[in-house]
Amino acid sequence: MTNLLLFPVLIPFLTAMILLFFPKKITAQRTVTVAGMTLAVIASAVLVSVVLRDGIQAVTLGSWPAPFGITMVSDPLSAVLVLTSNLITLAIVFYSFRSIGESREKHLYYSAMMFMLAGVNGAFTTGDIFNMFVFFEVLLMASYVLIVLGGEKRQLRESIKYILVNIVSSALFVTTVAMLYSVTGTLNMADISAKVSEIGQSGILTVIAVMLILVFGLKGAIFPLYFWLPSSYAAPPVPVLALFGALLTKVGVYAIMRTVTLLFPHDPGFTHELLMILAVLTVVAGCIGALAYYDLKQIVIYNIVIAVGVILFGVAQTNMAGLEGAVFYLIHDMLIKAGLFMLIGVIIAITGTSNLREMGGLMKTYPGLAWTWLIAAFGLAGIPPLSGFFGKLLIVQGAFEADNLWGGIIILASSLIVLLSVIRIFIHAFWGEPKPVKGTSAGVYRGLLIPAVIVTALTVMYGVGTEWLRPLMWNAAEILHQPSMYIDAVLKE
Amino acid sequence: MEILMSVIIGFLFMAAVYLILSKSLLRVIIGTGLLSHGAHLLILTMGGFSGSAPPVLTDGVTDFADPLPQALILTAIVISFGVTALFLVMAYRSYQELETDNMTLLKGNDEHD
Repeated sequence: MTNLLLFPVLIPFLTAMILLFFPKKITAQRTVTVAGMTLAVIASAVLVSVVLRDGIQAVTLGSWPAPFGITMVSDPLSAVLVLTSNLITLAIVFYSFRSIGESREKHLYYSAMMFMLAGVNGAFTTGDIFNMFVFFEVLLMASYVLIVLGGEKRQLRESIKYILVNIVSSALFVTTVAMLYSVTGTLNMADISAKVSEIGQSGILTVIAVMLILVFGLKGAIFPLYFWLPSSYAAPPVPVLALFGALLTKVGVYAIMRTVTLLFPHDPGFTHELLMILAVLTVVAGCIGALAYYDLKQIVIYNIVIAVGVILFGVAQTNMAGLEGAVFYLIHDMLIKAGLFMLIGVIIAITGTSNLREMGGLMKTYPGLAWTWLIAAFGLAGIPPLSGFFGKLLIVQGAFEADNLWGGIIILASSLIVLLSVIRIFIHAFWGEPKPVKGTSAGVYRGLLIPAVIVTALTVMYGVGTEWLRPLMWNAAEILHQPSMYIDAVLKE
Repeated sequence: MEILMSVIIGFLFMAAVYLILSKSLLRVIIGTGLLSHGAHLLILTMGGFSGSAPPVLTDGVTDFADPLPQALILTAIVISFGVTALFLVMAYRSYQELETDNMTLLKGNDEHD
């Protein structure tokens, strides 16, 4: 079935459309969303197995020959990313039942979520650079709705900045696509890659590559462009924050991966070097932020920035170990960030504050939460056999193979800071004298904790099952390493 | 023609940057509008102005305009229209709620909530 790779985009999209018809019926909203998401998860799981069995799947809409129509491509990397996004969104849907509140549910919260997922899956799947811009806009529009839904003062204030930053970056994206089109005369990513290697990567193409890194870096929050992220992400309620933290920045990271490996791999001395320096600076800046705050949300948000740096550092190594590590770490980070945000949501629900100084001693009353947090924290820092370990190991190995000794050491040192920042939450929130807390009903606590535990268990399985997942990740990295495989798969028809 | 278009696009971008950096939210929104206009004109220019006939490929037509940039602009215009509309509504709502449209006063962090 060649159209299979469209299903993860279409199912959330259709679900969102159906949800628009009965916004006030909460039970129906929830049922339809869960049904749609389950279908999407099944479709993307089948897609992963098909991609593993038969190689890269490509479909050009309208049956045009490949470089002329809009191509959708599903290689192992995008298939796995789509599956992970769907799994995370399903977990967050369950999490939202008890946390987002009825008024938001009645105002098309689930619909916006599904539209955003359609955009995310589309951006992961598309093989056409302008189509990628369109899917970016789809997910951004939905994210504008999600970030402002509820209309609190703080949300309005921060979402204006969020929208402004993203409009500017979209305009820059259109500009870059226009320049790319004038130089290569095509918009199909495989075709661009083939043409660029044919005519050689001249100066103007390197300029375009850097502009693309800037555009996607603005979405993915790399070093000089991440300043909008912490305050904007902290504004919406926790389930939205979890969704954004797990999915949105990763779309930017994925796009950068494609840019430097598929479209413009021919001038690593400039583009990859630049990316590597920016990645290391991103890690350093994120570490400073993660240690500077006593606010639960801010600490984990700055950990997003660190992870983006680590992944891009792996990508910039241009060898198999670095790329494979980057893919491993990307999936790990999506899962663990969703888990961590869901867990801080539970803590905030119990204590009624996100300020670390005002909490303590939760270990006695909520041991389940405490141990889950500890496991997730160890997973984030990369303590073997948990999920963060193997990706980081490969990234550092790639760095040493490529003679980037200092970069590798900084990445290793950043793990310690990451561990410190999340263990600080553990110490302040769970140890010490119990402080009077707002408390929450057992039903809400269970409803929030169970999805969070499931996601954390997924990350543990991801870490323990590394050996079993390795062929898939190796496959994904190989295609990133050898763009010709991608090009052949798309242009053969 | 290309030179003229480049000057116009450059001017639009310049005006957009000036407006986006100003304090009033309404000016910022107009700035984003100008920015997207500049980007759209850039697509048109980058597609090239050669070709006069419409791109209907029948025998004997060799000198036709490139249809792709026009399709791209159409998509981009629709998107920027939607985004601008949303942005205006948001600006109005936040003016009602926060009682200011001054970007300097919209600064602030957790302590100011």
